[in-house]
Amino acid sequence: MAAAATDNLSRVFGALADPTRREILSRLARGEAGVQEIAKPFRMTLPAISKHLKVLEKAKLIRRGKDKQWRPCALEAAPLKHASDWIGDYRQFWEESFERLDEYLKEIQEKTKGEKEHGK
Amino acid sequence: MANKTEIIAEPGKQELFIKREFDAPRHLVFKAHVDPEIYVKWVGPREMKMTIEKWEPRDGGSYKFTHERDGHVYAFLGVYHELLAPERIIGTFEFDGLPERGHVILGTTKFEELPNGRCRLVHQSVFQSVEDRDGMMASGMERGVNDGYEKLDDLLAQSTSASA
Repeated sequence: MAAAATDNLSRVFGALADPTRREILSRLARGEAGVQEIAKPFRMTLPAISKHLKVLEKAKLIRRGKDKQWRPCALEAAPLKHASDWIGDYRQFWEESFERLDEYLKEIQEKTKGEKEHGK
Repeated sequence: MANKTEIIAEPGKQELFIKREFDAPRHLVFKAHVDPEIYVKWVGPREMKMTIEKWEPRDGGSYKFTHERDGHVYAFLGVYHELLAPERIIGTFEFDGLPERGHVILGTTKFEELPNGRCRLVHQSVFQSVEDRDGMMASGMERGVNDGYEKLDDLLAQSTSASA
């Protein structure tokens, strides 16, 4: 994997590691929203929320409008897909490996059993 | 019924666990981890070509192998700290393809005996930092993510409720 891609992934995972940021993403999955609206369910100051938004923006998980007064945030799904592909890859790696190991174990046990039955 | 691979990674921790049961006694599963001829038969997806460059399955021995896919070669290396047949393997693991060396993982694999000639493998990987681990897989997001993009909403809802 290219170093740049790995670096981007680290930022995505870093951003996703925080429960507040995951909740913000969950809210944005239902549609774009302004900072005030995003902040509503949290017991946090607007600057604190803005800080979380900056992390999400840097990880390219959200994009923000250009208008200085009204900068709605919207979900950027592509990096999330990339992240879930990568996790999927990790699980897939082991799942596929263990399935191959199952096949080998089955084979070797049948072989041993066969040899025993033939009195070897 | 097929045996399921369980991957557990709690948010904010430097470790992850892999759990898996096998329809075979543990000495065979242990052997499949230390015998290089068997190891190359199963580690990694089928389309990957595995080559063992070094393999010293004893306390203090080291190993190095590569996986090749679509012309890309990924190297992995480490040292065996302890091999206790047929119970456990403790050793280090490092991906030799990161921008810098030193991101070493400490791995412990235990092989537990189960009734009816079966066994359970429990692997723990301890990383140097949460970031290192999360670079390998996401924290708290490991469930339900396989289904991908279409289930993005489910994924977010799940991770949110998991952290609540």
